[in-house]
Amino acid sequence: MFESLTDKFEGIFSRLGRKGALSEADVEEVLREIRVALLEADVNLTVVKNLRNRIRERAVGEEVHGALNPAQQVIKIVNEELTASLGGETIKITYASRPPTVVLMAGLQGSGKTTTSAKLARWFKSQGRNPLLVAADLQRPAAVEQLRTLGGQISVPVFSDPSDPVSVARTSIEQARATGRDVVIVDTAGRLAIDEELMEEVRRISDVTEPDYTFLVVDAMTGQDAVNVAEAFHDRLELDGVILTKLDGDARGGAALSVKEVVGRPIAFAATGEKLEDFDLFHPDRMASRILGMGDMLTLIEKAEETFEQEEAEEAAARLLEGQFTLDDFLDQMQQLKKMGPLTNLVGMLPGLPKEIRDVDIDDREIGRIEAIIRSMTVAERTDPDIIDASRRARIAAGSGTNPTQVSGLITQFSEMRKMMKRFGGMGTKKAKRSRRKDAKRGKKGRKGGRVTPKGGRVTAKGGAGPTPKRGGRVTEKGTKSTKAPLMLPGLDRLDDLDLERMAEELDGFDPR
Amino acid sequence: MPEILLIILIVAAVLVTVGLSFVAVRRRGGDAELEAGSDLLERGEPTIGLDELEPGVTVPVESPAVVLEPEVLEPEVLEPAVTIPVEKPSFFERLGKARSAFTGYLGDLVGLSRVDAEAWEELEEALIRADVGVKTSMVLIEDVQERAREAKAEDGKQVLSLLKARMHEELADKDRSLRLEDGKTNVWLIVGVNGVGKTTTIGKLGKRLRDEGHRPLMAAGDTFRAAAAEQLTTWAERAGAEIVRGNEGGDPSSVIFDGVAAAAARDCDIVLADTAGRLHNKSNLMAELSKVRRVAAKEPGHVTEVLLVLDATTGQNGMAQATVFTEAVDVTGVVLTKLDGSAKGGIVFAIESELGLPVKLVGLGEGVDDLVDFEPEAFVDALFE
Repeated sequence: MFESLTDKFEGIFSRLGRKGALSEADVEEVLREIRVALLEADVNLTVVKNLRNRIRERAVGEEVHGALNPAQQVIKIVNEELTASLGGETIKITYASRPPTVVLMAGLQGSGKTTTSAKLARWFKSQGRNPLLVAADLQRPAAVEQLRTLGGQISVPVFSDPSDPVSVARTSIEQARATGRDVVIVDTAGRLAIDEELMEEVRRISDVTEPDYTFLVVDAMTGQDAVNVAEAFHDRLELDGVILTKLDGDARGGAALSVKEVVGRPIAFAATGEKLEDFDLFHPDRMASRILGMGDMLTLIEKAEETFEQEEAEEAAARLLEGQFTLDDFLDQMQQLKKMGPLTNLVGMLPGLPKEIRDVDIDDREIGRIEAIIRSMTVAERTDPDIIDASRRARIAAGSGTNPTQVSGLITQFSEMRKMMKRFGGMGTKKAKRSRRKDAKRGKKGRKGGRVTPKGGRVTAKGGAGPTPKRGGRVTEKGTKSTKAPLMLPGLDRLDDLDLERMAEELDGFDPR
Repeated sequence: MPEILLIILIVAAVLVTVGLSFVAVRRRGGDAELEAGSDLLERGEPTIGLDELEPGVTVPVESPAVVLEPEVLEPEVLEPAVTIPVEKPSFFERLGKARSAFTGYLGDLVGLSRVDAEAWEELEEALIRADVGVKTSMVLIEDVQERAREAKAEDGKQVLSLLKARMHEELADKDRSLRLEDGKTNVWLIVGVNGVGKTTTIGKLGKRLRDEGHRPLMAAGDTFRAAAAEQLTTWAERAGAEIVRGNEGGDPSSVIFDGVAAAAARDCDIVLADTAGRLHNKSNLMAELSKVRRVAAKEPGHVTEVLLVLDATTGQNGMAQATVFTEAVDVTGVVLTKLDGSAKGGIVFAIESELGLPVKLVGLGEGVDDLVDFEPEAFVDALFE
């Protein structure tokens, strides 16, 4: 399901061979893949069609220029189109000159309105405001209690009375004024877009509260129907923005794109977790690669920067590439990695990871076991794991509460990784030096020329004709998708390649010049 | 398993180290600026208790629910208790609204004397719009094309009936009955992601079982979401069912266990076990759910149904949900909720054909009686009517 689009495209292009410019036929074939990818991500069909047309217009006849291969070039166009569609204007929350600023929350049942209301209240509080939560969902049993409990957790008062939703909403504004609350968040009952009566009710709530912001809460897992829902709500309420929920799931979230296209209003916030603080402004650029199934490198890099000690990491990387990476270094890096959050989430953000790895459930406590094994080694053993014989292994196993098989498993994998990185290393350090001298653009070019795919390290079950090497020496890693391929080497090889390239592209985008 | 984990660790460590030093170098040289701000991942590490760790086993271990917080919010809207319709709505009638949208696309087709490439595409698009999914739609259409060639069917009407027949096949021959063993304490476990309508489904199921002369007991296993137990209590009162509640933030397994024990003691023949909504990609929460199922199966409990509640508005992610939940708790059937909206629930086709999971019940509205048996023929017919 998560085969990266890049792989598919490169497959197509290596078949087509490299040409001076993208022909209509090339682009058409790629567009078919894009269509499938977008539809699988639940982007609405009509939206997909429009997007395809825009991409076709831009891509046909485009010169293939030096730095990017055709596949990357099309991806870049697709990515830019998606980002543009998703983004455009970002919402800027301004506050009413005469408080309170009123926010109305609407949406289908189960989209997450009540939790999101509380999250939003918490966000306003963090902006230095004094929000009031209003429970106008009088339909669902215990909805008011739920909001009260959540309000209690973030110390935000909750207003409600058992009369009817419209009058609760009306009274709440007076209540807010009386108690000096400058933001009012009105949580309404979930309703179907085709339910005339309830849609009329929410319109009346909107009339009496005159909201400054009306948000539609949309579940990231929503399918093709997202468009109809958004249209129906927009007709009644004139939405100001959309809040996307349950983004911490593995849905690709095409609904975000659909809704944005149809309503033309920005996706203002995104809820990315179960806790009340898992909520923030929306980043369209990241969503684009998610919809395309390409991981979320940018967030990963950002997280890494927050947690990793830069100097240390650099040194470790240098040692790694020279083949002098020790288990101690590994332990250090692992500690840092742990700070970045649950591993499963990190893996989800890596682009182009083979499905086998993506699908693995990672129990973070496994890390504890690995740590225990390494900690049970002597300094000499950590530096040179090759000296570990059966007796040392038994001691380490006993010391770490594991068994000798687990110990040797770790050591084998580690040594293989180290060997591979060493092979890979020669070019890596050169690359680093080169890009240090050159500016971003030229650095990338240089890097490209210097790229050496560690073929020897790839043990893949690649069938038939190998991929056509491109000028830069970059090789399409088709074989990595094979389910039979041993996991480690191909995954690593491919990752690094994609990783560096995308990182370079993304960074270029941020280059102030 | 440990090998794979190790690989991931190493890959990630290496990647991040190499990546970061690369970024650092670039930054120093190019002064590039990374946008700072929030990220999609700021979720603390779940603190997981280490009780019950089985030696040498790498499978995630059950953990108390306290710290793992499933996102809240189930949609449970209710009609005022007064206006409960007496007769059960007909599946066919209730699908009326959903049907009309679909028919809009197919309506033109029926009149065609020859189905050309464009019309085929429209047909496929109609399926995609119903959330059937692009791959399943392609397979369906290709099959029908083949059959149309063989049968020399050309006009729109013939092609449509071929497609209809093909879709019937996909849903045919499945046991859609709800299993209940006489003389035992049956447990029906209700699972699903957040906000699909689990608690509401239990409320409606309770009423239904009560009407059939059973003695249901509801176990409020959603100990995470604020006020979930209150919500279920309201439903229990409406349905005339017994209820067992635990403390908010308590261990769901123990609530279910207490529920089973109470059911046995109070002579209830079925326990409707509610669980907190959880996204299927949270392995710790899925492990917790597996534990709930194991505990529910302890004597005198007999887990006879594990029902996955699926929201009809869900798109292609529904497949992933069904797959992962089935792996974790061996789902026996699907409840498709909110089918009274404009969503068509087409993902059911993929789930039924690829996983062989039968849809057993359908939620068609907010009333206490609006949970009806799934009728595949009516469902498909309604799409083409």
